[in-house]
Amino acid sequence: MIRLDCPVCGHRDETEFAYLGDATVRRPDPSITDPGTWADFVFLRDNPRGAHCEYWQHVMGCREWLIVNRNTATHQIDSCQLARSVFAGEATMAASS
Amino acid sequence: MTARRLAKGGRIDRSRMISMQFDGRRIAAHPGDTLASALLAAGEMIIARSFKYHRPRGVFSAGTEEPNALITLGEGARSEPNTRATTLEAFDGLVARGQNGWPNVRHDLSAINGALSPFIGAGFYYKTFIGPFRGTAFWMFCERYIRKAAGMGRAITLSDPDSYDKTNAFCDVLVIGAGPAGLSAALTAGRQGLRVILAEQDFALGGALLSAPPDAATDAWLSTTADELHSLPNVTILARTTVFGAYDGNVFGAVQRQWDHVAQPPSDEARQCYLKIRAKRTVLATGAFERPLVFGNNDRPGVMLASAVRTYLNRYGVLAGQNVLIATNNDSAYATALDLVRAGAQVTLCDARASVPQPLANELTSAGGVCLSGHGIASAHGHRHITAASVVPVDRNGRATGVTVRLRFDLIAVSGGWAPALQLWSQRQMKPVYDTENGCFLPVPDLLPDMCFAGSVIAAPGLSDAIIQGALAGGASTSQTAHLADTAPHWARDLHPLWCVMNAQDKPFGKAFVDMQHDVTVRDLDQAHDEGYVSVEHLKRYTTTGMATDQGKLSNVNALARMAQLSEKSLPETGTTTFRPPVTPVTIGALVGHDSGEHFHATRLTPLQDWHLRNGAVMTQAGPWLRPWYYPIGDETLDQAYRREAAHVRRAVGLVDVSTLGKIMVQGPDAANLLNLLYVNGWSTLKPGKLRYGVMLREDGIVLDDGATARLSEYDYLMSTTTSGAGRVMSHIEHLLATSLYDLRVRVTSVSDQWAAMALAGPASRDVLRAVSGDFAAALSPNSLTDAQVEGVAVRVHRMSFSGELAYEIYVRSEDAEDVWAALITAGAPHDIAPYGTEAMGTLRIEKGHVAGPELDGRATLRDMGMGRMASSRKPFVGSVLAQRPDLQDPDRPMLVGLEIDGPIGAKAGAILFAADGKTEGNGLGWVTSTTWSPALERFIALGYLGGAPERIGSTVRAIDFLGESTVMARVVSPQFFDPEGERQNA
Repeated sequence: MIRLDCPVCGHRDETEFAYLGDATVRRPDPSITDPGTWADFVFLRDNPRGAHCEYWQHVMGCREWLIVNRNTATHQIDSCQLARSVFAGEATMAASS
Repeated sequence: MTARRLAKGGRIDRSRMISMQFDGRRIAAHPGDTLASALLAAGEMIIARSFKYHRPRGVFSAGTEEPNALITLGEGARSEPNTRATTLEAFDGLVARGQNGWPNVRHDLSAINGALSPFIGAGFYYKTFIGPFRGTAFWMFCERYIRKAAGMGRAITLSDPDSYDKTNAFCDVLVIGAGPAGLSAALTAGRQGLRVILAEQDFALGGALLSAPPDAATDAWLSTTADELHSLPNVTILARTTVFGAYDGNVFGAVQRQWDHVAQPPSDEARQCYLKIRAKRTVLATGAFERPLVFGNNDRPGVMLASAVRTYLNRYGVLAGQNVLIATNNDSAYATALDLVRAGAQVTLCDARASVPQPLANELTSAGGVCLSGHGIASAHGHRHITAASVVPVDRNGRATGVTVRLRFDLIAVSGGWAPALQLWSQRQMKPVYDTENGCFLPVPDLLPDMCFAGSVIAAPGLSDAIIQGALAGGASTSQTAHLADTAPHWARDLHPLWCVMNAQDKPFGKAFVDMQHDVTVRDLDQAHDEGYVSVEHLKRYTTTGMATDQGKLSNVNALARMAQLSEKSLPETGTTTFRPPVTPVTIGALVGHDSGEHFHATRLTPLQDWHLRNGAVMTQAGPWLRPWYYPIGDETLDQAYRREAAHVRRAVGLVDVSTLGKIMVQGPDAANLLNLLYVNGWSTLKPGKLRYGVMLREDGIVLDDGATARLSEYDYLMSTTTSGAGRVMSHIEHLLATSLYDLRVRVTSVSDQWAAMALAGPASRDVLRAVSGDFAAALSPNSLTDAQVEGVAVRVHRMSFSGELAYEIYVRSEDAEDVWAALITAGAPHDIAPYGTEAMGTLRIEKGHVAGPELDGRATLRDMGMGRMASSRKPFVGSVLAQRPDLQDPDRPMLVGLEIDGPIGAKAGAILFAADGKTEGNGLGWVTSTTWSPALERFIALGYLGGAPERIGSTVRAIDFLGESTVMARVVSPQFFDPEGERQNA
C-alpha cells in the first residue's frame, strides 16, 4: 500500500486519497478555441515506467490536491506537495522573470 | 513406522493432559503439543489422502510448510478445511477429521485413482475437455464428478459464528520471526527505546532453538531474552501472529490467532485479528525451510524432513521411528542423526556426498549410528507406511552407479538443503538469486532500503552468527552481543546440489513427487518439458507445481532444479517464480472483519431517517444513502404505493426528503466567474434572491451533472448537485481551483451534511407553506428564494419544481429537520398532505421529462438531452471546445425521447429499441433509460435515447428486454409527457 506524506495531514494510507493522473499537463487558457490543444490536454498522456509526476487528492482528509512524484515501477514516493503552492510558486516565478 | 512418546523430554507440560478427537478416536496430548505431534505420539499414520491420486499421506514437516497433514478442524459452522496439523496448537476438545478420503482416510475407495495416474498427469484438463463429443455439455457433466473426487477439504456453506477484528499498528521496527536472530534484533531495537513489534507465528518464542536438545546456555539465553523483551514497554510481542503479506510503503498484513487455541472463543472476543502494520523499518528473521529429497514413493507416511524428526524429538518428546534411515546431501542432518541415536533409535545415515564430514561422521558412528558415504535413496517401500527403503551408490551427478539394496526401516528422514523463507521480500517484486556456495536462493541485500535480514533467511552459518546478525539488524553499532556457542551444524554446510537419484534412463525409481500437495511428479515435469514448456512461470501453471496452499515452500527449488536439468541450464539461469501474498493461508473471515452485511460499506442516513422508519417507510439503497422508497398503507405493494403517492402529489400535496442532494457553498468576489466557467449557461445576470438551473460538462464535453444554484447574497451561492454526483462535482471544482483557477477569489465548501432539504409539492403546497410560514413566503415567485420561519425555526425556501407541480424546496439546519418536517405534516393535514418516496419522485420527473441519474450516464451530451440551446456561446466554459467535436454534434446521435408504451406491461430500463418491423439485429436504434406507470397519463411511459429522434416522433418502435425476453411496442413522443408548458409549476 502506498503511503503519502500529505503536507497538511502527515503520512496517510493511499486508501484516503483519490488518483487523477499526470500533473505535468496544464489546462489551456479558457480563451483558446483550438480543439487540438484541448484534445491534447484531455486525452494525451505518457505512460512512463519510472518517474511520474501526478495528481492525488486527499479526499478523506484535508481535501487538498497534491502533486506527487512517484516511481511507477517501484512505487517509491519522492515528493508530495500541495498543488496550490506549486502553482502559486510557478506563477510568482513567471511574474518575476 | 512406530512413532511413540518418550518417557521424558520435550518442551511440553507433561503434568497436564489434553483430550482431542481425530476421526472419532480419542487422541491424548499435553499443553505445548501440536495436533501433529499428538497424532504421531498416538501412532496415527494416515492423516489425509492426496489431491488427485488419493494416496495415503502422513505428517511430513513440523511447520507451516506442511504439504500433507491437512485436516478439517472443528464441526458444523466452525468446520475449517485444509488446516495444517503441524501448526495447530493442541487444545482440550479439539475435533479434527482427515480429508479427501471416503469413507475415511485409512480406507479410501477413491485410491483407485492412483492406478489411473498415467491418464491424469500434467495438463489433464486442457487435453481432456476437448472433443470427441460435440459441445461442452458432456464434459461439464463429467467434470462434476472429477471435481468431487479431486480436491482438498470441503468448504462449508454455513455462516461463520465467530467474529473477527481489524486493527492498525505502527512501529519503528517490525521484526518478523522470533527465533534467535529475531529475538536478538527485537532486543537491540527495544533497548534503544524504539517502538518494536515482534511477530511470531508460533505460540512459543524461540524458533529453531525449540527444536534443539535441552542445553543450559541456549535455554538460559532464550528465557532471559524473552523476559527482557516482555519487560520493555516499547516492545509489543505478537505470538500466534502470521505476517502473510508485504506491501508497498513497508505495510504488512498480519493475522493474530487470538482464540484458535480453544474450542470456542469467549462470546465477547474476536477469534482472529487482522493487523495492518505500518513499519518504518523491517527485520526479516523468518528462517528457512528444509528441502525434501525426491525419490520413488517419497510421499508415503513415514517419510519426513530430517529437521522435523528432530523437532518432534526435542520439542515434543516424540520419537517418530525406531529404525531410521536418514538421507542427506549436506551437514545439517547429522544433528538429527545424533539426537536420534542418543534417544535410542537405530540410525543409518546415507550421505550422497562421496566424502562425508569426518568429525560429524565419527561422532555418529561412535554414538552407535551407521554412516554410508556416496549413497542415495532410490525409493521407499510399504503401502500404508514405510517398511523399507532401497539405497544405492551414486556418482556426483546423482546417477545410480550400483545395485540397489533393500533395507528395513520404519522412518525415512530426508534433508535436501535449506530454502530461506524470503517470501515476504519476494512479494515486494524482488527476484532472489541462486547462491551456489550455500546452495539456495537468497535475497539481495539493500534493494529495499527499509527491509533487512538476519539469521537463516540469509544463510547465517550458525547460531552465534544469527544472533550477531540480529543485533546488527536491530540497530547495534558493533557486534558486541553475548555470543552463544554453536551447538549443532545450523546451516546446510557443504551442500552438494543433488536432489534426486536417477536411474540409467535419467528417471527416478518409481513415482517420485516434487509437489506432494498437488500430486505433481517428476514425470509430470518431464512431460511438460517435452511438450515445450520452457519458462518457469509457464511450467508452474501447466503442472500446477507450487500452486497449492503451501505455495511451493518445499517443492519450488526441487521443481526448478529438475527444469534446469532438463533444459541443460544452471539453476541461476533458470530463475525462480514470484511469491505473492499470502505466505500461508489466511482465514477469509479475518480479512473481512466486521465489513460484511449491512457494514459492508458505510451507510449515509438523512436527518429524517428516524421519522421515515417510524412512519412505515420502506427504505432503498441509493449509492451510500438509505432513502424512503415508498410509504405503504396497509399491505400495499411497491406498485400500488408509488402510483398512489404520485397521483396524490398531482391532486393534493406531498412531501419528499431530498436531503441527499449535494450542496456546495460557493463564496467570494469571483463566485459568479467560477460558476460561469463551470456551467454551460450564464450566471452574471442572476440576482441575489434568485436561483437558476444549470448543467455542467466534463472537460471532454460530456455532461457531468446538473442542479439548481441559488444566489443567497452578493458573494454567496448555494450550488446543488445530484445525489450521486456530489463528490465528483466537489473534487472537480477543487481540482480546477487548485491547479488552474488559483487566481480566483473564491472558496467552495461542502455543506451537504449541514443542511437538510425537503420538497413540498402539489397544488395545495402554497396553502401548507402559508400555514407554517405566512403570506410572505407563500407569495414567492418561481425561481426565487427567501428566508422564513417554520414554528420558530429558521429555514430557507426555494420555489422550484422537480415534480412539475407548484412546489417549494425547504432548506433547514440538519438538527432542526425533523421539527420542520413534522410541522409541515401537521399543518398539511387539512390539505391531505402525504409523504412520498423516491419511486413516486421518479414517476413525477419522468412524466415531466426531467433527466436524472439514468440519463446522465457519462456518455450523453447536452444536445443528446435536448438541451443544446442552453449552452452559452458568449463565454468559455469547461468542455465548451470539445463539446463541438464533430461526432458529438452528429445529428444521428441518439437523443432523449419519451415513449408511450402499448399495453399492460411497462418497458424495462435497459431494453433496446428497434424499428417496429424488420430484423432484430445489431445494436438497435437506442435504449430505454427510465420507466414508470404514469398515473397522469394512465399508461406505462418511459424515457430513452433514440437515434434519428426528430424524424421518429410519432412513429412506433419495439423495446426488447433481452434479459427478461419481453417485447413491448412504444410510440415515440416528446419527453415532456405532462404539462409541457409548465402551467402547473408556475401557477
